[in-house]
Amino acid sequence: MNKSSITEIVNKNLKTRYKKEARFKRYGQFSIFVAIIFLVIFFTSIISKGYTAFNQAEIRLNINLGYEYIDPDRTGDIEEIRYGDFDGIVYEAIYKLFPEVKSRADKRELRELLSSGAGIKIQRLVIEDISLIGSQIDLWLPLDDEVDMLLKGNIDVNLPEGSRRISDLQVSFVKQLQEQKIIENKFNTTLFTSGDSRESEQAGILGALVGSALMLSITFMIAFPLGVAAAIYLEEFAPKNRFIDFIEININNLAAVPSIIYGLLGLAVFINYLGMPRSAPLVGGLVLALMTFPVVIIASRASLQSVPPSIRDAALGVGASKIQTIFDHILPLALPGILTGSIIGMARALGESAPLIMIGMVAFVVDIPSSPLDSSAALPVQVYLWADSPERGFIEKTSAAIMVLLAFLLLMNSLAIWLRNKYEIKW
Amino acid sequence: MFGFLFIIILLFCLAIFFIAKRHAINIKKQNGFLHSLPKYYGFYASLWFSIPTLCIVLLYSLFAESFVTSNLVNSLPENIKNLSDNELTLVLNNIKNLAVGNISDSSSFAGIQQAADFYNAQYDLIDSVVLYSSLILGLLTFIYAYRSITATYRARNFIENAIHLLFFSSALVAIFVTAGILLSVLFEALRFFEVINFSDFLFGLSWSPQMAIREGQVGSSGLFGAMPLFAGTILISLIALFLAVPIGLLTAIYLSEYADTKVRVITKPILEILSGIPTVVYGFFAVVTVAPLIRHVGSLVGLDIASESALGVGLVMGIMIIPLVSSLSDDVISSVPQSLREGSYGLGATKSETIKKVILPAALPGIIGGILLAASRAIGETMIVVMAAGLSAKLSFNPIDAVTTVTVQIVTLLTGDQEFDSPKTLAAFALGLTLFVFTLFLNFIALKIVRKYREQYE
Repeated sequence: MNKSSITEIVNKNLKTRYKKEARFKRYGQFSIFVAIIFLVIFFTSIISKGYTAFNQAEIRLNINLGYEYIDPDRTGDIEEIRYGDFDGIVYEAIYKLFPEVKSRADKRELRELLSSGAGIKIQRLVIEDISLIGSQIDLWLPLDDEVDMLLKGNIDVNLPEGSRRISDLQVSFVKQLQEQKIIENKFNTTLFTSGDSRESEQAGILGALVGSALMLSITFMIAFPLGVAAAIYLEEFAPKNRFIDFIEININNLAAVPSIIYGLLGLAVFINYLGMPRSAPLVGGLVLALMTFPVVIIASRASLQSVPPSIRDAALGVGASKIQTIFDHILPLALPGILTGSIIGMARALGESAPLIMIGMVAFVVDIPSSPLDSSAALPVQVYLWADSPERGFIEKTSAAIMVLLAFLLLMNSLAIWLRNKYEIKW
Repeated sequence: MFGFLFIIILLFCLAIFFIAKRHAINIKKQNGFLHSLPKYYGFYASLWFSIPTLCIVLLYSLFAESFVTSNLVNSLPENIKNLSDNELTLVLNNIKNLAVGNISDSSSFAGIQQAADFYNAQYDLIDSVVLYSSLILGLLTFIYAYRSITATYRARNFIENAIHLLFFSSALVAIFVTAGILLSVLFEALRFFEVINFSDFLFGLSWSPQMAIREGQVGSSGLFGAMPLFAGTILISLIALFLAVPIGLLTAIYLSEYADTKVRVITKPILEILSGIPTVVYGFFAVVTVAPLIRHVGSLVGLDIASESALGVGLVMGIMIIPLVSSLSDDVISSVPQSLREGSYGLGATKSETIKKVILPAALPGIIGGILLAASRAIGETMIVVMAAGLSAKLSFNPIDAVTTVTVQIVTLLTGDQEFDSPKTLAAFALGLTLFVFTLFLNFIALKIVRKYREQYE
């Protein structure tokens, strides 16, 4: 075969080959594009559903804190005041706005516009400052979640009355109140200051936040020292033998065991065998610690490996013992890397919910936990519980809780990246 | 009491540390020589103090309650002692509640106040016994340690051996956790297999774990054939892999072979964000966005798609594992030696030809290992399927049907109010065991392949 014919063959195919090349490159670009599109859809879906939850419709009412409702015998005793008829006060205030409403049924519809938490809000206010009794004050009080949804445009008024949870009469009441300009969208502080509730306008994530914080601190206190110690042993001391290989296989497998299995372990060992309380942050923290432990080991080992042997040799050479070398030289240099890996592991633990469900954390808990032994919720489990609630109000609450959860994850991950960039030494 | 003991011991340790350190410094002044730094003698002495005391405290926290309770039962009148176990527990709870000052039904029997006082007195007794005995024992061992401090005593070596032991036991925890998982799940699963035949469980074709409320009810036995669950799990995982493997792999190829640093720097964190999103959030996304969307698209082309279809769940799970596939393949592809690429370019191959004919075949074992790891992740995934997949077990491989998975059934079986030893709750542990064994097997193979591959090119 002569030279020119080879060139001919190559040239003949060159065009199709270049086309194939370009096509293959486009496949790659396309798949990256798809991944990014998923992310964009994901965030727009969550944010567009949830951003409204940070506001809550409130109404300005002129409240008459008369003695006749709160403290008819004028005792001035807090215990007596606690049982005052605060709901009655609120109802009276809203009836005053609509003097034309007379029938019992209509009055009932009218007062259902208000959140059942309105009376409790006034009660708290009065207990804090008894001198308010007997005065008239203007107050912003929360409206019911259905009204809130109506004002946010999530309820279609054109639907037949039977298929929505707010009546035509109530819609007309709301319109009149809007015209009087005493309804406003205010920042929803309840979301951050209260525990769970069956009423979406009174539900908050504080209980879940505190529960998650308690759990994460227990997880960190157990998994971090244990994991770092194990990593130091495997990197600095372990001889090469079958037993150590067995430990390493165990660690690698533990890191890939499905999280729900850790939940089964927690249920069988901590709750049934050791008799620890259900849905307590203590048990949750222990389970998450077992889960995070292999992650910390793997991260710590990588970080210990990156410390150059010259540091070890130098320390040993001037007469330091092995333990002194580790504590005084290697560990300080490896610590930023270890912390970075551990924080990322902790962030994963924060988002984990399957094992917590196994140990009973799905219970409905209103109170804010005050110790690791109290019943408590956790942030991701709260998302799961709210996502299961049928009311429209809980969908935006769920999205809001997700945004808070993602914000915390972002915070932890940025902390990890910041640590890495600030303290990492390139050898 | 536990916390109080702990703080006392800690304070003593601190004091002992300084006493022993001072002692060591004095020895050094007298002799002009000391084997270790003075602080090691401090640590040495407080270690000697704390180990026996902590052992006693540990025994106390493990056995005090059962000891006091058994004494309490013995002190109760005959007619109460002879009650059934359940009733006795109720009475004991009443007594304990009264003893710690909680609200309690104090009218249940005449001597309850005495019993509560007895309970408190017993506890007071044990508390003081534990406190004094632990302190005395600790002080004795401390005195022993204190007297053994001499100028030539090798305190540092002692401490270093102790630390070495501590590190070693931390590494052992990994084995304990694995053993703990295996034993706890195996134990309950074996109790389940006492009631239900093993092969009926593994190969049975219908799953309806309802147990009878009263005896002789129709269909009361409950069917525990897990085949439909396995089928559902595999179906959903396959759909996830069908989405994630091509996208993840192509992304990895593009990023490691074509993209310049600028694109890499932007794209990699974006993929990492996808992997950092909690699965419960993916589950919510599947329920409120993807499932309705798929249902809508289906109705446009005349398909009736279940709102909990395997397709929707699988797609969302696929999005979740894209970053996993991508990062694992990226590692593998970049570890293919540069010489292979250059050899191929030298023969005149284009970049895509090099990738398809040289790099991918060379990287294939590693990529398969990565895919197996991703599959194991998809099989064990819980929250997405719990929130978005169906509950009824249906043996079907149709992606637009609602199917259920192993993890969904574990969660539903264990979240109800059940007696702990009913076959229904035990079935969850049998499923857990199957899941554990299967994922363990997958991980083991995958890690082995990946490691072997890595060694090949190192």
